Amino acid sequence: MLNLLKPPIEAFQEFVLLGIRAFRNIFRSPHYADDIFIQMDVIGVGSLFIVSLIGLFSGIVMALQMARALTQYGAQGQVGQIVSVTLVRELGPVLTAVLVAGRNASGIASELGSMKVTEQIDAMRALGTDPIQKLVTPRLIATAVVLPLLTIISDFIGLAGGYFIATTMLGLTFSEYWTSAWQVLEYNDIAQGLLKPLVFAVIIALVGCFYGMRTSGGTQGVGRSTTSAVVSSSVWIFVLTAFITYVWNRAFAE
Amino acid sequence: MTPGDSNILRFEDVSLHFDATVALDHVSFEMHPGQTFVVLGAAGSGKTMLLKVAVGLVRPDSGRVSLFGQEITRLREQDLFDMRARVGILFQEGGLFDSLTVAENVAYPLTNQRVLRQAILAGSSNGSGARTIEDRVRESLRFVELEETLDKFPNELSGGMRRRVGIARAVVSEPALLLYDSPTAGLDPITANTIVALILKERDLRNAATIMVTHRYQDGHLMANFRYNPNSGQVERAGGGGDVSQVSTKFLVMNEGRLVFEGTEPELQASQDAYVRKFLRVGGA
Repeated sequence: MLNLLKPPIEAFQEFVLLGIRAFRNIFRSPHYADDIFIQMDVIGVGSLFIVSLIGLFSGIVMALQMARALTQYGAQGQVGQIVSVTLVRELGPVLTAVLVAGRNASGIASELGSMKVTEQIDAMRALGTDPIQKLVTPRLIATAVVLPLLTIISDFIGLAGGYFIATTMLGLTFSEYWTSAWQVLEYNDIAQGLLKPLVFAVIIALVGCFYGMRTSGGTQGVGRSTTSAVVSSSVWIFVLTAFITYVWNRAFAE
Repeated sequence: MTPGDSNILRFEDVSLHFDATVALDHVSFEMHPGQTFVVLGAAGSGKTMLLKVAVGLVRPDSGRVSLFGQEITRLREQDLFDMRARVGILFQEGGLFDSLTVAENVAYPLTNQRVLRQAILAGSSNGSGARTIEDRVRESLRFVELEETLDKFPNELSGGMRRRVGIARAVVSEPALLLYDSPTAGLDPITANTIVALILKERDLRNAATIMVTHRYQDGHLMANFRYNPNSGQVERAGGGGDVSQVSTKFLVMNEGRLVFEGTEPELQASQDAYVRKFLRVGGA
């Protein structure tokens, strides 16, 4: 039993250590600003289109689903409120994070994994560079900056998708929809909607780097790392969103 | 003054395990300046780990490793960086950064190793006409006869050329100790001999201590019996009664993490050990 538990506990310990070292390096020189900007471009700009697209359709689907239920009670005027709250609090952050996990946790894991199996990580250490400083910290910073921004964009485009349905199918006016969507949001919701992507960003970047850096076993190993990175980071996103929502609701319960 | 002071590299009872696998099993040896070590062994015998432990890329489970007279077994990674600046390494897979050009790869140690960068900055600021990073990169690539590849990426080069760029990167910092991990693995015999000739040239021009890990006995035989002659620009057989290189070239043979033989080439040839003899036969030199 103890032997069975040992590998996952050791892996978790390694993961936490990697996280601590990556965070500590934020405040240590040398800083690789170029790498941070390159990663922001890869992760942020690269994901913009797909995140917008998914955001749009999640808004449309939410509005369609809610329209049916709300019409039964004659409350279709509230569709903006419902789309707004669900997107900002939950769907926007989670869907965006899952997409970025699929796109970038895998990308990070395969890039670092290939570097590991071709001895580039060892070469880096041998030639005077800390791979955590050069590879992990820039990806952590870049993801932490762009994921909240992507989430805001996704939320907004989702609301626009909801607006499209509200006007074409429910006959709501521009101000009816946007006023109710806007007014229902409290700072509390926005704070929750921005805290989540920040936490998810840390998970996506660190999980991707963690699996990449511990890759072994050639190209097959790279494939395994990539899969594990996507699966783990996606699972962690759902676990953490449940946890954050629970804690948040307890903390801010009236 | 302890005897350890004149060591470039010293292993004392070093052991390393990965789960159930033994990578190094109570390995001890000493290396002095100007010496050449040829490490022979089958795949998985611990040759590569020996090199990685030597520069602190992997920490041993037990035993002590000293590099340039300083124990590195318990040094922090940050302090190890400065030590590694004095060592040049050619990795088995080349270890070239595929996102950087050949020139950037070769310049990497000079731009990233703190002590080297500071030395270059100091040299250029006092106007002593010191060589710039670019000069040194060109010089190093000229040494491996690949000056025309400066702006290419590693994936545009052949296997042998990548290995030569790896050598250029290893020697660009003019290190006191050079480690070559299977420099001829996977290359055709002609390219392999070119690579060994480059290794000989670097060793003999700067009298650098060299460790070459290989599974080809021919490579070791060349290292032990040939020298680079700077006058003729050729590699030639080291002759004469004093045969300097033969004396300073040592063979180590590894089997499942253990050091099973340590000695000169004649001693190697005289060995009766079945495992050791296997390398001589395969070599067929």
